[in-house]
Amino acid sequence: MINFIEVLLTGVTVGGVYALLALGFVIIFKSSKVFNFAVGQLLTWGAYIFMIFIVNLKFPIWIGFLATIGFAVLVGFSIERLLLRPMIGQSILSIIMMTLAISVFLSGFIVLIWGGTWYAYPSFWGSGAFKIGEITLSVQHVVSLGIALLLFGILSLYFKFTFGGLAMRAVAEDHQVARSKGVNAKQVFAHAWVICAVVCVISGVLLGSMLGVGPGLAIMGLKAVPVVLVGGLESIPGVLIAGPLIGIIEALVAEYISPGMGMALEEIIPYIILVLILIFKPYGLFGIKRIERI
Amino acid sequence: MDTSLPCGTTSRSYKEDSAIIRTRNRHILFALFALLIIVGPFFLSSHMISLFTIIYIWIIAAHGLNILVGYCGQISLGHSAFMGIGAYTSATLGTNLGLPFWVSIPCAVLVAGFIGILFGLPSVRIKGFYLAMATLAAQFIMAFLFLHWESVTGGYAGMPAPEPELGGFMFDSELSYYYLVLFFAVLATFFAKNLARTKTGRAFVAIRDNDLAAEVMGMNLYAYKLLAFFIASCFAGLGGALWAHYAGHITPEEFTLNGSIWLLGMVIVGGLGRTMGAVFGVFAIKLLEEGTSYLSIELSQIWPTLGANFVSAIGVMGFAAALMLFLIFEPRGIEHSWGLLKKYYRNWPFSY
Repeated sequence: MINFIEVLLTGVTVGGVYALLALGFVIIFKSSKVFNFAVGQLLTWGAYIFMIFIVNLKFPIWIGFLATIGFAVLVGFSIERLLLRPMIGQSILSIIMMTLAISVFLSGFIVLIWGGTWYAYPSFWGSGAFKIGEITLSVQHVVSLGIALLLFGILSLYFKFTFGGLAMRAVAEDHQVARSKGVNAKQVFAHAWVICAVVCVISGVLLGSMLGVGPGLAIMGLKAVPVVLVGGLESIPGVLIAGPLIGIIEALVAEYISPGMGMALEEIIPYIILVLILIFKPYGLFGIKRIERI
Repeated sequence: MDTSLPCGTTSRSYKEDSAIIRTRNRHILFALFALLIIVGPFFLSSHMISLFTIIYIWIIAAHGLNILVGYCGQISLGHSAFMGIGAYTSATLGTNLGLPFWVSIPCAVLVAGFIGILFGLPSVRIKGFYLAMATLAAQFIMAFLFLHWESVTGGYAGMPAPEPELGGFMFDSELSYYYLVLFFAVLATFFAKNLARTKTGRAFVAIRDNDLAAEVMGMNLYAYKLLAFFIASCFAGLGGALWAHYAGHITPEEFTLNGSIWLLGMVIVGGLGRTMGAVFGVFAIKLLEEGTSYLSIELSQIWPTLGANFVSAIGVMGFAAALMLFLIFEPRGIEHSWGLLKKYYRNWPFSY
């Protein structure tokens, strides 16, 4: 029983990071209808850059963290300006391919500079563990979940109460109307990409601290795809529920089913869920069902 | 009215009007091209023959993807996995059951086709991003099976595929395999080109342009969408099976998401929704890859400090950069540029 609860909690913490990543997807999709496949590589980049700052340049951790975020702002902004803005008005396929091309390019760059080796951060949260009764949880996981929830809170407040957030929601609702009311839609796209890059990089640092830093992190990044679709593409609360849900299912499968089958089924269980969701409830748990007219 | 015809070309029958090659000059050029690809390999090194063999294999797979994405408008991020299914099916039938090549290839094509229908099923209800996700999931699930269904696929180590044999003749030299693949590539191009001119091809285009309108006009949307998935996967299966027998040994790493992205990139660079686009795209990307690999090997010999990863990384980044540039500056692909170039020379010195 204790073991079961621990597995559940691990699932929730990993799921929290998935939810954070998925939030990056949803923000860009809501404001500019672009599905950003590059999140996986952006995340990996964030993990590597953070490593450069704290290991190679020996910055204190929090300065390194801020510097990584600054880097993310730069990357998000330049990707939007140079590569995505010329694509406004192109077909869905072209835009998907553009984000995939960005992803392939970044992955090539990672191989060029760091090769295929896995690195680990110096342990900066200590190896301590929280104990609640007989349940143990590593500090790392708890802090990650805390940061993920904190960011979620900040972004929700941003969307609800600031002008930038309002503009973003307006553009998401209807480009044309938003522009006729004086909202600068292009600036909103740029904001969306910057937020997405920052969110990705933070998730990258969190995942990197749990799993180590290597090219394989990008695969973890793509796990946000099932989360987004289970939650529904347009729904921020949906993501908050679907992230931990996928995380828990993954952890349970890893603990109880995979050993019996002799293969790491948890690697693809999110995608199996994804296919089932797409067949039986295509617009996710909280998505908007679209009505089409000719 | 085909505006790419020279002045003075007239059609006196429907048959003449719908012919693909119209003028005498084009017949001559076509014959010369056919001669070139048939006689050409005698004058090439075995490395070059191998390069062209691989290009033809990819052309077969790219035709399938072009029919699915370019004509029917259904986004697929799992095409490489269908190649994998063809490859593993043919290799298993050949190695474990000892079936001859001419039995295992059609089996591979059909198995890939039916699994394609299975993963095309979500397209009945969803499209656009959602369909891209479904095919992405298919890619991951299949790659997982290649890796972990060890009793059949051999896991990480992969599995061998026998050399093809037809009526006592072994296709064991580079040259003989070149002709085998050339035969299938020509067949695939012929099929793809003509499919686009049939009722089915027209229906695909109608679905791509507006599937709701197509359905209202009485087309059976689901049957056509699934047919597109079936045809595309059959092509992929054929390409994969030919690749397996050519390479002699296949591993799961050859059929990953990256392969699917490369295939889509080739089709886009060549020209989406144009039969020749797939051919141009594969040639362009494969030659670019060959060029960058040659160049980067030379460079890394001059500056050994560049490291072992330099060669593979530069190839990948070159592909991504080419794809980005095409998406921004020439979204209609090389096929379109080629058409403009021909038009320019035909009309020269008049600009209209």
